[in-house]
Amino acid sequence: MSERSVVISGLGVVTPAGVGIEDLFAGLLEGRRSLQAIDAFDARTFPCRVAGQLNDFSARRHVPKNYRKAVKVMARDIEIAVAAADLAVRDSGIVTEGLNGQAPSIEPGRLGCNIGAGLICADLDELGLAINTAVTDGRFDMRLWGREGMNNLTPLWLLKYLPNMLACHVTIIHGAKGPSNTITCGEASGLLAAGEATRTIARGACDAAIAGGAESKLNPMGLLRQGLLGRLSVSSNDDPPSACRPFDADHAGTVVGEGGGLAILEDRERAERRGARIYAEVAGFGAACDPGGLDYLNCGAGGVDGAAAAALRDAGIEPDQVDLVMACGTGVPGEDVAEAEALRRVLGDRAAEAPTVSLAGCFGDLFAGASAVSLAVGAMALLKQTVPPTVNFRTPDDRCGLNVPADASEAPLTYVLCTGFARGGQSGAVVLKRYTP
Amino acid sequence: MRRRVVITGMGCVTPLGHDVETVWRALLKGRSGLAPITVFDASTFPSTFAAEVKDYALPPELASSGRHDHAGRHTRFALGAALQAWRASGLADAEGFDPARTGIYLGSGEGSLDFGNFTSLLVDAWADGKLDTARWGELAAERMDVHRETEQEANMVVAHLAGEFGLRGPAFNDLTACAASTQAIGEASMLIRHGDAEAMMTGGAHSMIHPYGVTGFNRLTALSTRNDEMETASRPFDMTRDGFVLGEGSSILILEEHEFARRRGATMLAEIIGYGSSADAFRITDQDPAGEGAAAGMVAALTDAGVGPETIDYISAHGTSTPQNDSVETRAIKAVFGERAGQVPVSSIKGAMGHLIAAAGATELITCVLALRDGVIPPTANYRVADPECDLDYVPNAPREIDLDIVMSNSFGFGGQNDTLIVRRI
Repeated sequence: MSERSVVISGLGVVTPAGVGIEDLFAGLLEGRRSLQAIDAFDARTFPCRVAGQLNDFSARRHVPKNYRKAVKVMARDIEIAVAAADLAVRDSGIVTEGLNGQAPSIEPGRLGCNIGAGLICADLDELGLAINTAVTDGRFDMRLWGREGMNNLTPLWLLKYLPNMLACHVTIIHGAKGPSNTITCGEASGLLAAGEATRTIARGACDAAIAGGAESKLNPMGLLRQGLLGRLSVSSNDDPPSACRPFDADHAGTVVGEGGGLAILEDRERAERRGARIYAEVAGFGAACDPGGLDYLNCGAGGVDGAAAAALRDAGIEPDQVDLVMACGTGVPGEDVAEAEALRRVLGDRAAEAPTVSLAGCFGDLFAGASAVSLAVGAMALLKQTVPPTVNFRTPDDRCGLNVPADASEAPLTYVLCTGFARGGQSGAVVLKRYTP
Repeated sequence: MRRRVVITGMGCVTPLGHDVETVWRALLKGRSGLAPITVFDASTFPSTFAAEVKDYALPPELASSGRHDHAGRHTRFALGAALQAWRASGLADAEGFDPARTGIYLGSGEGSLDFGNFTSLLVDAWADGKLDTARWGELAAERMDVHRETEQEANMVVAHLAGEFGLRGPAFNDLTACAASTQAIGEASMLIRHGDAEAMMTGGAHSMIHPYGVTGFNRLTALSTRNDEMETASRPFDMTRDGFVLGEGSSILILEEHEFARRRGATMLAEIIGYGSSADAFRITDQDPAGEGAAAGMVAALTDAGVGPETIDYISAHGTSTPQNDSVETRAIKAVFGERAGQVPVSSIKGAMGHLIAAAGATELITCVLALRDGVIPPTANYRVADPECDLDYVPNAPREIDLDIVMSNSFGFGGQNDTLIVRRI
């Protein structure tokens, strides 16, 4: 039974450096630097006070009128996913139920959805307001909470924070009734979700899927947790745009970003039949893990060499055929070095030649959204035959031994390798191929 | 020819026992795992009871390494279940075992919050009706612990299992609410079928028996509040059902490619022949009342298995004991099975052990495999009063001996996630 070929026929990204793939890619080419001092909340006592923020962002204009009241039960992560899905679907030219007033051009049961997500943090003001109604003598009182306090939470409170609610709202808005999943493996999530969705289409369980990831850790809990892990850059609070410097000799940590990306993956024949604009072909997928990831206080790269090797095998190509690597490149020195070592293990000499790009320098670590946005940018790079730069890269770190471009350049690109890995040890890789009719 | 997937090892830690055979005997004997909540003071909550895992400790051979000292409650359950499954499979000692060709795909939940510190911070940094985040940041840096925080991440159970068993193949965690581990087993099967791995460790783990979990479900009015009849409060398909009962635990299975398992002489417990996934795309709060989404998942699994509904000998239902789920599931089964629906035995083990949330589906699949092995269907506990909306054969209150060849297991999650697996006797 031969498998079907899968292509990317739509992209939607929501990032601090641009909303919509054209805007983001243009921003990347001009070297847009989107890290800033945090003003989403008072972070003055946090060691790292820099982030990639989505300013003036709301999902409202991306939600059909008849569903707009649901925005109030959407956590930030959900809003990002809903907006990215709206952009991706419109970009693809597929008509779904989410596009008002038109008959869907895809059977609902043949449209899948697979979105990477993280732990969603409760809104601390909302929860705090309820918790503080159950305080006796200055301390939280569980019995008072059970009797009265909890009634101050909206009945739907829990549903704002289930990780699968990104996919649920997206499937409801677009009437996507096909296979649906939510992957929760940190920065690997977007690629694992896209890879799985590709397989689902390839085996014929659906014809198209909305796939990728989204997350926002731009809240006190997210900032605290990444700080406790020692992953954050704490020496650039006076120069926010330069705080994250992936693969640079002077890398000093990553920065929390918020954002996400969703792609429309589609059976190639279907996309061609309807005359879709095709960004790229999904040529290979692989996943792996590093048992050492359990030592999460130490840096690792999640066995990303294993994932990349599997993706190259799946695509049937050799390392020498890789023209561009869209890496995770978090800017955490130990992670950058571990990732570079992994890339050298799998690509050999090619690792020092093929341009390796990280987007984290531009807008920070988007976690479950990170590798999904990398995938989108990788697809755009193929379409435009242009290598985007790694923002904030100046001086190579000798321990990395990679070819990291500081500036954009035009180049003939056929294969792009996209990689992502998570603290905890999971990794995913996708090989994209330039589309030729 | 398509690669076939077989189950070669199983393990579980549940409210009815800490190993597969104990749990199975308890289910057949009609024992109840429901009791007052002991992990926190729930005495004033609308629901004061749950199905807790009782008197469980990490097996000494896992505890001694020190690698799991900080593991969360659900991770500890998963480690115990995984060790049982791993040993039962004999995979580690098998010729041809390759850690890089052995992956992990779990549907495990998030870890519990560091409740005491998290909540006290919301009180101590509260000023003028809102959180003083600067003050919170100072206090949190003093009080919060990196392990307690990191172990909550939803990829941590996978990390512990990979670290313990040295696995390097494809690793995923999905979290589709109450359907998560059924989906994980289905997707793990797809990875083996496609050739990404020869073997997969799969299943789920979860505990939401903590103050915010019970609060969240109580606010949704999803939980049974029969505090005065707690032992029989979980009543799938019964007219008087009033909500589900929170359970916790973990079930882990080892899957292998059939030929690989045959060559190494593994004991094959059952074959996974079908998997289907669908979304209701209806509402975040309710299931599609017509059960179309649930039916679509079942039909997808049948199509994948290449068998018709007439071949299904038993359906392990999601059967949560909520008024909505059980009638919707009944409607969906009727839509798929037509006139024959009334002749197919359907049961839910949630009457006896509550709802293990992300871990429920894997636990139910294990009971399906045991049902195939022993030719006996576990009963739906606490079924007394017939509901005209639920008019199928629910195998009430007593196990039923019957020859089984092919069985189906359903899981449905909040937000309209539907997943179905079909397994066949070897």
